[in-house]
Amino acid sequence: MPIITYRDALGAAIREEMQRDDRVFLMGEEVAAYQGAYKVSKGFLQEFGEMRVVDTPITELGFAGVGVGAAMVGLRPVIEFMTWNFALLALDQVVNAAAKMLYMSGGQFKVPIVFRGPNGAALQLSAQHSQAWESWLAHIPGLKVIAPGTPYDAKGLLKAAIRDDNPVCFLEGEMLYNTKGEVPDEEYVIPIGKADLKREGDHCSIITHGKMVLVAMQAADQLAKEGIRIDVVDLRTIRPMDVEAITTSVNKTNRAVVLEEGWEVCGVGAQVVDYIQRECFDNLDAPVVRVHQADTPMPYTKSLEKAAKPDLPKTIAAVRKVMYLD
Amino acid sequence: MAAKKKSEAETNSDAARDMELLHSMLLQRRFEERCAEAYALGKVGGFCHLYIGQEAVSTGTLSMLRPDDYVITTYRDHGQALARGMTPRSIMAELFGRQDGCARGKGGSMHMFDANTNFLGGHGIVGGHVPLAAGVGFAIKYRGGDQCIVCFMGESVVNTGAFHEALNMAGLWKLPCVFIIENNRYGMGTSLERASAIHDIYERGAAYNMTRQQCDGQDVFAVRKAVGEAVERARKEQSPTLLEIRTYRFMGHSMSDAVSGTYRTKAELEEYMKRDPITLLRTRMEANGTLSADQLTQMDTAIKAVVQDAWDFADASPELPLEALYEDVYVDTTT
Repeated sequence: MPIITYRDALGAAIREEMQRDDRVFLMGEEVAAYQGAYKVSKGFLQEFGEMRVVDTPITELGFAGVGVGAAMVGLRPVIEFMTWNFALLALDQVVNAAAKMLYMSGGQFKVPIVFRGPNGAALQLSAQHSQAWESWLAHIPGLKVIAPGTPYDAKGLLKAAIRDDNPVCFLEGEMLYNTKGEVPDEEYVIPIGKADLKREGDHCSIITHGKMVLVAMQAADQLAKEGIRIDVVDLRTIRPMDVEAITTSVNKTNRAVVLEEGWEVCGVGAQVVDYIQRECFDNLDAPVVRVHQADTPMPYTKSLEKAAKPDLPKTIAAVRKVMYLD
Repeated sequence: MAAKKKSEAETNSDAARDMELLHSMLLQRRFEERCAEAYALGKVGGFCHLYIGQEAVSTGTLSMLRPDDYVITTYRDHGQALARGMTPRSIMAELFGRQDGCARGKGGSMHMFDANTNFLGGHGIVGGHVPLAAGVGFAIKYRGGDQCIVCFMGESVVNTGAFHEALNMAGLWKLPCVFIIENNRYGMGTSLERASAIHDIYERGAAYNMTRQQCDGQDVFAVRKAVGEAVERARKEQSPTLLEIRTYRFMGHSMSDAVSGTYRTKAELEEYMKRDPITLLRTRMEANGTLSADQLTQMDTAIKAVVQDAWDFADASPELPLEALYEDVYVDTTT
């Protein structure tokens, strides 16, 4: 099977959907002439022309709204945010327009739109450029929220997002664009709302998503050397969340670590833990432990940044704690 | 040179058109009067913003559109919904929160929607709908059509970022949008002079290289002329226009505040009410000999009956069953 980057998997997904449906277009900052701030749309302008690959001014609120308006009358926009940090300026359009249009119009106006871009911290980008927004977005009924961790999932889920008739927030990992993985040549679509069991084990579950999937897999590898077998549940979609996948795993292992890139308070992990306490209470052998970013803005200094981020040692320590090994 | 004398057929057709304009405006007036009554009786809840005083803007504007054009507006949307041809029944039932309302009772006063007339909603966040209008304009251009979108907004919108971002893109990309500022002088209780650094706010269009114009919003013919040119520009040149239409609301900002006495004086209100758009049209028609007292009485009686029918219909319509709470959050389809 071909091995390609996460970046190219995303590009292939959008290209295939634009070839399949001429209502699909890509709009955002630097997507056309510059070939994409992260080169996801390399070659698109040449292939599809400037009506379907549209460079915008730096005007997130404006072009997010342009996308919603176009979607209301039948187009299928893919709106690229250079980072989700900039999308905060556009949240009124995502939350008050895209997410609510179907409901407040009594079912008359659907909004088939994808908002996508890199999410979470990279390296030393400091406070305003290093944030994971999935818990904010997943709070909103009417939105679907996806955060893929591998090239295979990125491609299959982005195709599903573009075909979905609801507004979808698609959170890519800035540090994932260069990661590689197997992606078949033949077409496939991954259903939204289905988690993936990335590793099977019966001692402890790690429930995670997005960039942290790689950390969870590394933790599973390392712990395997000590004979500890980890079940790695990759949520892939944050909303709707695959509750059954979580509870099936935890009811099997009786122990859980919930790992995410964002902050602790009202985070995605808080919701996962709530499902676990409701559905798996009698099967738990230890309190669930969460791993997440420190409760601070992201610092610039290397050592402090490392201390702030969830990582492999913190994840392994969390597993050891729920297994009463320390 | 004397103006060309109109033929008899032209005169008759003008007279019929004027009757339609008057009917549209009077329907909005009578509808809103009953809406206020229904609000006082507790049949209409939430925020409710009446359109009384501004009817020449909606009627004048929407009388220049084709059925396949698009309309989007703010939360002060009852009058425009009526002028666009949505049924009084569906609007009143929406106000009453009933299942036969245009949005099944899920939207209410501020969120009138109708796919059949391309009425893309009343929107509740000041400025938030202006980028949507640019998006509809983009979609029209994308498909190569000759439709246009009319976007209504109050004058307070011009101080929001969304307005400027949307107008910049509409100007930059030459989108077939007609942006209509209904300048009714007050954003809630704050006058234009206390909110905007410039007072001829159509000049904001200069920043976006956009054709711009000011017109009298109490004169339905002045509105029709300005909008007609803007619509033509959108269709033929795919070029946007910013119109500032000067009007005045005769009621409070919403049903929650006093009509006058706080931010504006009773004397000011009374001065503006001398230029009631319906009276102006009626007087003109009477002077032309195209409207008799009997005709007016008949029209008014018929309109009152239509509004009463809408009320009765809304009152008889049930509220949605509880299971409908979870409907329309997501649509269960893909392409």
